Amino acid sequence: MSAPDMIAPGSAATGHGRPARTMGARALIGLAVILTLLIVVAPLVYIFARAFSEGWQVYASNILDPAMLHAIWLTSLVAVIVVPLNIAFGIAAAWAVAKHRFPGRGVLVTMIEIPFSISPIIAGICYLLLYGRQGLLGPWLGEVDLQVMFALPGIVLVTMFVTAPFVAREVLPLMQAQGTAQEEAAVTLGASGWQVFRRVTLPNIRFALLYGAVLCTARAVGEFGGVSVVSGNIRGQTNTLPLHVELLFNDLNAVGAFAAASTLTVIALVALILKAVLEGRRG
Amino acid sequence: MKLPVLATALALILTGPAHAQDRLLNVSYDIARELFEALNPAFAAQYEADTGRSLTIDMSHGGSSRQARAILEGLPADLVTFNQETDIDVLAESGLLPEDWRDAFPNGASPYYSLPAFLVREGNPKGIEDWDDLAREDVAPVFPNPKTSGNARYTYLAAYAYALAQNDGDEAAAQEFVRSIFAGVPVFDTGGRASTQTFAERGIGDVLVTFEAETGQIAAQYEAEGFERVTPSMSLFAAFPVAVVAENAEDNGTTDLATAYLDWLYTPEAQRMLAERDYRVTDETVAAEFADAQAPVELVTVDEVFGGWDAVAEEHLASGGILDQVFVNR
Repeated sequence: MSAPDMIAPGSAATGHGRPARTMGARALIGLAVILTLLIVVAPLVYIFARAFSEGWQVYASNILDPAMLHAIWLTSLVAVIVVPLNIAFGIAAAWAVAKHRFPGRGVLVTMIEIPFSISPIIAGICYLLLYGRQGLLGPWLGEVDLQVMFALPGIVLVTMFVTAPFVAREVLPLMQAQGTAQEEAAVTLGASGWQVFRRVTLPNIRFALLYGAVLCTARAVGEFGGVSVVSGNIRGQTNTLPLHVELLFNDLNAVGAFAAASTLTVIALVALILKAVLEGRRG
Repeated sequence: MKLPVLATALALILTGPAHAQDRLLNVSYDIARELFEALNPAFAAQYEADTGRSLTIDMSHGGSSRQARAILEGLPADLVTFNQETDIDVLAESGLLPEDWRDAFPNGASPYYSLPAFLVREGNPKGIEDWDDLAREDVAPVFPNPKTSGNARYTYLAAYAYALAQNDGDEAAAQEFVRSIFAGVPVFDTGGRASTQTFAERGIGDVLVTFEAETGQIAAQYEAEGFERVTPSMSLFAAFPVAVVAENAEDNGTTDLATAYLDWLYTPEAQRMLAERDYRVTDETVAAEFADAQAPVELVTVDEVFGGWDAVAEEHLASGGILDQVFVNR
C-alpha cells in the first residue's frame, strides 16, 4: 500500500491536563513509538543513508542518468494522466450513487471497490490477456497497428484500474452524509445543473476530493505489481520509477536503487504532508 | 475535460520522435544491463560510421522466461539475447522465429557462454577445488532452489554430469553424489541474487555455486570479504543464446540491422568486451588473451550428457523426476 496509509492518526500525545498516565498506558505508548521507529522511520532513514553512502556526486550521477530521468518523467506523466481521469470518474460515480436512486446502485458501489480487493498483478494479467498479442483484442490491435501493452497506454490503463476507487471512496461518504437537501434548495432557487454542481456540491466535497486525489497520486506513483506485467521493462521507454528501483537493485547497483527509492520516498512524503494538511482542514 | 486531450498530445510527443532514426529493441535477461550498456554504444558508433545513420538500441531486462512470455504477448522485440535456450524454443514454437534458430549464428547461436563455477571464502579454508569437495560432509554449498532458478538447474546438471563421468555413467552413483551435495545446502533461496546475499551478506555456507561470469562481479562487489574464484575441473556449457525475432523484425523492417548486431557480437571487439566481464568467448584469439583469468575446464553440453533440454525436462525436472528424488532436504 502507499506510504500515507501507514501513519497512525492521532499518534501525537495530547494528554495535557489529564490524569497522570498509568504504567500500562506508558508501556503501550512506548511500544507504539518503538514499533513505528523500527517499522516506518528506520527503513526510510536507511533509504537516504544508503542513497548518499557514496557521496553526493554518485547520488547525483545516478539521478541524472538518462534512464532514471526518463523513469521519473514517465511516472509523473502516468500520474498526470491518471489522476485527473480518476477525479472525474470518482466525482461522477459518487454523485450518481449518493444523489440518485437507481437499480443496481449497490452493485455499482461494490464494483468501484473491486480494485481495492484484487491484487494489482491480477489486473495486469487480465489486461494482458485482453489486449496482448494472443489476447482477445490482440489480433485487431495488431491490424490497426496500435501498441497498447508494453507501451504507455497499457501502463496508464493498469494504473487507472488500481487507483480507480481512491477518489470515489473519499467523496462518496461525504456526499451521502450531506444528502440532497442543499442541492434541492439550489434547484428551487432556479440554479441550473452545472451551477448546482459548481456552487453547492463541489465546495462541499473539495477537501475530501483533494484528499482522495493525493492518495490516488501516491498510489499511481508507487504502483509496481500490475505495471510490471504490462510494462515490458524497456529502459528509457516503459520503465516506471518503481520498476527502475527493482531493476537497479537486481543489477547490484545499490546506490542507484536507493537513489531511485529516495525519489519515490520524497514524492510519498510530499503526498503525506499534503494529506496531513488536508486532514486538518477537513476535520 | 481538457486534460485527457492534453494527455493524448503528450503521449504523441512521447512516441513521435521515435521514427526519426534507426531503432532496435533488444530483450535480454536480468543481469546483463552493464554488459549491453558497454556493447551497444560500440556497435552504434560503428553503425553510424558505416552508414551515417544514428542508431538507438533499447534494452529490456528481466527473467528470460518472463521476457519470452512478454514477447509472446506482444512486446515488440527485434531480437533476444537470453540465458536459457528453452526460452527461445518457446518463441519458435509460437512461430515468431524459425525452429532452426540455433543454425542462424555460429556456436549454436551463442556468441558467448559461461559455466557453473565456485566462489569460496578468503584463503579457501576448506580447500574446495572440485565438485567432490562439495559433497563432503564438512562443506556447506550455497546455490538457489533448482525448482525455481535456471542458474541452479545448471549447477544441478553440472554436478550430475561430473558424477556420471567419474562413475562411468552409473546413474545410481550420480544420484547419490548429487543427493549428498544437496544434503549439505543450508538454505535454498528462490533465485541467484538471494543466494549471493545468503553467502556474502549473511555469511552462510563455504562455497557459492553460480555462473563463472557472475563470480568475478560478486567478488568485486564484496571486495573486503576477499572471496576467491575456483574453477572446477569439469563443468556444463551454459549457452547465452541469441536470435532475431523474425516476425517482429519483418514488421519493423529491422531484420538486416538485427542480424548485423548479432553478427557483430562475434567480432573480436565485442568478444574482448565480453571476456573482460568474465564470459567465455568463441573467438580463439580473444580467448587466448584471457587464458590467464579463465582457467582451463573440460566442458560438456546438455545435448551430449542428457540428450537435450526436452529430455532433461522429462527425466530430471518433471514432478517426481530425478531432481525430486535427490532433493531431500528442502
